[in-house]
Amino acid sequence: MKTFNYVIKDEIGIHARPAGLLAKEVKAFESKVTISKGGKSAEAKKLMMLMGLGVKCGDEVTVTVEGADEDAAFEAVKKFFENNL
Amino acid sequence: MNVLSGKSVYKGIVMGPVVVLKKDDCQVKRTKIEDAEAEIARIASAIEKSKEQLQALYEKALGEVGETSAMIFEVHQMMLEDEDYLDAVYNIIRTEKTNAEYAVAVTGDNFAEMFAGMDDDYMKARAADIKDISNRLIRNLAGYESVDFANMEPSIIIADDLTPSETVQMDKSKILAFATVHGSTNSHTAILARMMNIPALIGVPMDLEQVKSGMTAIVDGFEGTVTLEPSEEIRAVTEAKIKEEEEKKNLLLELKGKENVTLDGKSIDIFANIGSVGDIGYVLENDAGGIGLFRSEFLYLGRDTFPTEEEQFQAYKQVLQTMAGKKVVIRTLDIGADKQVDYFGLEKEENPALGYRAIRICLKQPDIFRTQLRALLRAAVYGNLSIMYPMITSTEEVVQIYKIVDEVEEELANEEIPFKIPEQGIMVETPAAVMISDELAQMVDFFSIGTNDLTQYTLAIDRQNEKLDDFYNPHHKAILRMIKMVVDNAHKAGKWAGICGELGADLDLTEEFVRMGVDELSVAPSMVLKVRKNVREMTAEI
Repeated sequence: MKTFNYVIKDEIGIHARPAGLLAKEVKAFESKVTISKGGKSAEAKKLMMLMGLGVKCGDEVTVTVEGADEDAAFEAVKKFFENNL
Repeated sequence: MNVLSGKSVYKGIVMGPVVVLKKDDCQVKRTKIEDAEAEIARIASAIEKSKEQLQALYEKALGEVGETSAMIFEVHQMMLEDEDYLDAVYNIIRTEKTNAEYAVAVTGDNFAEMFAGMDDDYMKARAADIKDISNRLIRNLAGYESVDFANMEPSIIIADDLTPSETVQMDKSKILAFATVHGSTNSHTAILARMMNIPALIGVPMDLEQVKSGMTAIVDGFEGTVTLEPSEEIRAVTEAKIKEEEEKKNLLLELKGKENVTLDGKSIDIFANIGSVGDIGYVLENDAGGIGLFRSEFLYLGRDTFPTEEEQFQAYKQVLQTMAGKKVVIRTLDIGADKQVDYFGLEKEENPALGYRAIRICLKQPDIFRTQLRALLRAAVYGNLSIMYPMITSTEEVVQIYKIVDEVEEELANEEIPFKIPEQGIMVETPAAVMISDELAQMVDFFSIGTNDLTQYTLAIDRQNEKLDDFYNPHHKAILRMIKMVVDNAHKAGKWAGICGELGADLDLTEEFVRMGVDELSVAPSMVLKVRKNVREMTAEI
């Protein structure tokens, strides 16, 4: 299991489009990717649940990656956050 | 060729392609099914179809409005792949053995509710997206064709009937005419058609299964006929008629810039009724002296949450600034009765016209009213505003309204936000208000007579019931005497009185109204110049 924390910089937070792109991104991996914020969490591949977290600009989220291909998935997801959020 | 007759609500003639509008939120019925997997397979193909449509919309929007606005269609495609959403749908089908349409409708509502309940405006707005994709899926499941207004060429809209929220969402520049199977002469379709200056027919016995989008049709508001797939001969005759009408219209336009004054020098104000900021174009185009009725409820329709103070303020300010000092009478919220909005959570009523509506909602749920009043008082700084309160039946209601206005005034003063207390008047649309108009005249700055409701309440005739059209006599003596009484009582108190109902535009009555001393007639923008013509050709003294 690998985790990283990230402070959201996008001004409207994890909104529809990045959430959709992220869902697409993680579906390519076997590992389970979870985003948590303040006690609530959602699987990254589940677009609506992820949007349902209501992550805003300035919020810190914890991203957990767990599974057979977690190293590759971790790198990809981390890069995704840095580029899009 | 197929010629059908209906009742004309606006005279004019057009020829063009037909778009058949089927109910957008088509009635979803719950039915039992045997084979759950077959239903799920139907969903899979409906999703494919939906995604294709969304991709086409995305590409079109990309070319026309750019990537930022086009993105929403990409997101909709992604939402259609959401596992939780699809799992919820499949689960309902498998466990409850119901049809796919029902399962999608229920799931859509549940997810939309989740987003609507979030404390973030951006996320709240996503509830509409969920509903949108769910409706798209349901339409595709049911095999309904949806109308794509963005891609549509100017067309004749044919439908069973149209609701206010449907008409609000239409791109009005794309509509040549309306023809509906149902609807009364006072329905929203009719009002909209008059406002937009386009021919409209109601009660046309069309078989919507036979009429296909893309057919050519002629809507003739003079003859009250719809001709489907006209012959070459009829097409030629129609083209000549259209040209002749065009010339008549140009003649009317010569009246632009002229005063509304009778041959013997009596003048009257002719203002326009509008329902959205977008209608101001019609007001200016037709040279109205002001706006006599701005129906603010259109700010509340066609959306999922209450409009904020800021949204309302911006809309009112825009109208006032565009009208540049000309009078703008904004009517406060008149929701309820035939205009329903989901998020108000209003209960179904036996007699909506006699029910919880308009000022009654505002006085019972003052928070809704306060937000609107704050926006209005703030906007008043930017032009010549008058506020008008609908559905008044007693002096006590006016006292209560003024109390709330006083509180709002104090709030704004304390917050040091610029505002102004504008002229305040009431709609006279109940027989009760007519009978006590002498007392009401002492309390308010003006009266505007809402003849549609006043007629329905006085004659005990339901406006929405098309069977009663034959009994509905808008020229009933009772109504005309009431109007006279209201005008006289206003003048005794030194106040002005106008008419903002449909009757104000009745060209057979212009003369009578001027002679009664009516100070202002507020009519559909398309009627302004016609009424002006009447005024200029009459004498006030007999």
